[in-house]
Amino acid sequence: MTAALRLPEPRPGSRILATGAYRPARVLTNDEVAGPIDSSDEWIRERSGIVERRWAATDETVADMAIAAASKAIASSGIAPEAISMVLVATITDSLQLPSVAALVADRLGAKNAACTDLAAACAGFCYGLGLADSLVRTASAEYVLVIGVEKLSDFVSPTDRGTAFIFGDGAGAVIVGPSDHPGIGPTIWGADGSQHDAIKATRTWIDFRDNPADTAPPTITMQGQAVFRWAIGEMTKVCHQALEAAGITVDDLAAFIPHQANMRITDAMVRALKLPEHVVVARDIEYTGNTSAASVPLAMDAVLASGKVASGGLALLIGFGAGLVYAAQVVELP
Amino acid sequence: MSQTLEGLAAIVNEVAGTPIADITAEKSFVDDLDIDSLSMVEVVMACEDKFGVSIPDGEVKNLRTVGDAVAFIDSAMSA
Repeated sequence: MTAALRLPEPRPGSRILATGAYRPARVLTNDEVAGPIDSSDEWIRERSGIVERRWAATDETVADMAIAAASKAIASSGIAPEAISMVLVATITDSLQLPSVAALVADRLGAKNAACTDLAAACAGFCYGLGLADSLVRTASAEYVLVIGVEKLSDFVSPTDRGTAFIFGDGAGAVIVGPSDHPGIGPTIWGADGSQHDAIKATRTWIDFRDNPADTAPPTITMQGQAVFRWAIGEMTKVCHQALEAAGITVDDLAAFIPHQANMRITDAMVRALKLPEHVVVARDIEYTGNTSAASVPLAMDAVLASGKVASGGLALLIGFGAGLVYAAQVVELP
Repeated sequence: MSQTLEGLAAIVNEVAGTPIADITAEKSFVDDLDIDSLSMVEVVMACEDKFGVSIPDGEVKNLRTVGDAVAFIDSAMSA
């Protein structure tokens, strides 16, 4: 008879212990992006709710931004970097294809006992990472997990694409997830609809560009705005309801709603469809940050906490959704 | 006013705040009623719910006027 395998004792829950944010110094106004798309400040505000976005410096890397956000989260959590057992970096915009961002980040932060990996779930990346971190901590596969959402989308924006040129920004947000005596992160509702693979994608592969450098441009991000809008306000509202139901709460129990900062019009439509009560604080970080893909939810969470409008321990519904198409949502107790 | 037009007018009013009286068959969604492409998606989704029809993404660009939309919905409902 084969010997039985032993597993560690599971834990009753996990929670977010601390957050950290990094917003690059350079502010890009609507007037600066409007020219090449023959648009205006007014049109961009009306279309997206965006007033300005932050772009990283040319020599500032995805890893630099990740390290900056993560150092703040670690300092605020009070744990030692050596206590981190896993670093998960959600990103789709590191221009260095290998090795992972996570391994470099862990080294620079002194997280020398951490396993490291990146994950590619686009705008849902942070919520995927949070769902994984919760599982790792509850199954005692990890004690403390550093989850980072970071993007340098400015490297992949075509300034003349009317559908995307004004939307994207750069930045990083990080959280430390650790053990809790009760569930501080509810069940993650996640999934994918690969039949809409083309809805948000890179314009071409690097190989195409390598083989036809005279006729093509390097890959940039392209999006079918109407299809994504329809999917987001229709299907994602259902996912929000599933996450609330799975956590055993209703919209009345929420203190905050922190959706992926895709477009203010999507947020507004979701708020209406969810019938959120007046007391629920809605994250609208997109106004001065733009859409930062995997970084948007942790940046928005950090901004909600910094505003002082939501008390520690309040419940927040998070949802990330984007290219894949993929999505993930969960209810969390705010640190 | 046909029932379909009445229902559609109520939806446009809710999405864009356009006075119901201004929503007539010959009006263009984009040029006359201030419905941009994202608002049009909301109008289409609300129509699908209200009238129990399916309006695929590919069809939306053909619905230039209120009358176009009413005709499409009526024909889809009787199909």
